[in-house]
Amino acid sequence: MLARRLLYWLSMAAGLVLAIVPLPAWLDPARPDLALLAMIYFVLTSPRIAGLGYAWLSGLFLDVLRGMVLGQHALGFLVVGYLTHRLQLRMRMFPLLQQAVIVMLLLGLYHFLMFWIDGLTGHGYAGWVRWLPVLSGALLWPVVVALGDSLTRRSS
Amino acid sequence: MVELSHDSRPIIGRGPPLTAYFLTLAAASIALMVADQRYHQIDRIRESLSTVIYPVQRAVDLPFRATDWVTGSFADRGRLRQENLELTARVRLANLQLQRFAVLEEENRRLREMRANTAGIADKVLVASILNVDLDPFRHRVLLDKGAADGVFRGQAVLDGDGIFGQVSKVSARTAEVILISDAEHAIPVQSNRSGVRTIAVGTGDENKLSLPFVTVESDLQEGDLLLSTGMGGVFPPGYPVAQVSRVKRAGSTFALVEARPTARLDQAREVLLAWFKPPVFEDEATDPDAAPDTVPPATTADPAPQAPAPAGGE
Repeated sequence: MLARRLLYWLSMAAGLVLAIVPLPAWLDPARPDLALLAMIYFVLTSPRIAGLGYAWLSGLFLDVLRGMVLGQHALGFLVVGYLTHRLQLRMRMFPLLQQAVIVMLLLGLYHFLMFWIDGLTGHGYAGWVRWLPVLSGALLWPVVVALGDSLTRRSS
Repeated sequence: MVELSHDSRPIIGRGPPLTAYFLTLAAASIALMVADQRYHQIDRIRESLSTVIYPVQRAVDLPFRATDWVTGSFADRGRLRQENLELTARVRLANLQLQRFAVLEEENRRLREMRANTAGIADKVLVASILNVDLDPFRHRVLLDKGAADGVFRGQAVLDGDGIFGQVSKVSARTAEVILISDAEHAIPVQSNRSGVRTIAVGTGDENKLSLPFVTVESDLQEGDLLLSTGMGGVFPPGYPVAQVSRVKRAGSTFALVEARPTARLDQAREVLLAWFKPPVFEDEATDPDAAPDTVPPATTADPAPQAPAPAGGE
């Protein structure tokens, strides 16, 4: 159980690192939200440990890390975490492809929320490039699941 | 089949119901956002969270720094010699120019003293490196490795070797976030070196382009004009190069379309200078000590950025 908890915090840290690691300029806009994907994965597989507080905190750290309005990513992570929590019983039964579709919808909602808050706080950028992470995130979902499964199997 | 509850946390000690927990945290995030946006009162919270997050930023930066160091220390001797020769030659040339400059500076200082105005010259600078960290791809912000512990403050001017780079928008104990002059939320008061026309250069979100939206068709601006900072608004020291006019199109009836290219190397710089200077006192205000230093004519245009010491949009 303790190893599990450690794993969650470590993967959160890894997700946060990957959220700011420098990428070439052409790839940067499509940077997948790995911290968010990891959070979805953990809420799906072990909702009793990784809950809304975990989701909210990762979002808050991301806000500080990227210098956003405090609470913006926290709210996004929270909403996605909550919906995942509500959907988990169904989602766990889905085949991987269908899961990826749901994840894409969740990511779409998340980015819409970010876009909306950006607009409210006066940072609006409305180009289509903005929505690339939704696609890249959904494409990466099977990888996240494979990685997560192999990690949790070893630690439990 | 047994109907399972959505809430699969343990039954004993499960804390508040999921939805209530969600609503509480959502309200907390919204309160945080409003407080951060409107009242700037939670800088302290941000600062303490930044301290927690600092190791992450350093960890991301470290491999890049290490590669730099390794390539630097294993550079071949021939190239270093070549580089050394070139640098020596440049230093000699620079020294030669500096001799002339020293005389001019002394003369300038005496003239300024006569006008009782020695302010506006950057009198202390601190070199800071840009951390290899990507913030938001749609905003032009960089993170420096100097923070409040080094005396960095919000609204401080940041320069590089070629001109004005940006200003500090957020400070934590060991890091500082800088908003570049090319960020779409940034504006800087400038003056043409050739004709003395004063206007405001606004960032466009493109690192190679500033826009000058408040230039009338009659004003005397040409392609190639060097735009210097005016020092109005008290954020930037006056007289430093900001941009070079790259395009002038006098099409409309009132405002001309003017674009300029920043002189600072916004996308390549690895190290920048943090500047301390005494905010300038303007002639007409020098005689009237009660005048507010912020009320300058160009700053009364629609854009609030140039008069506020902090970037616009109320970070």
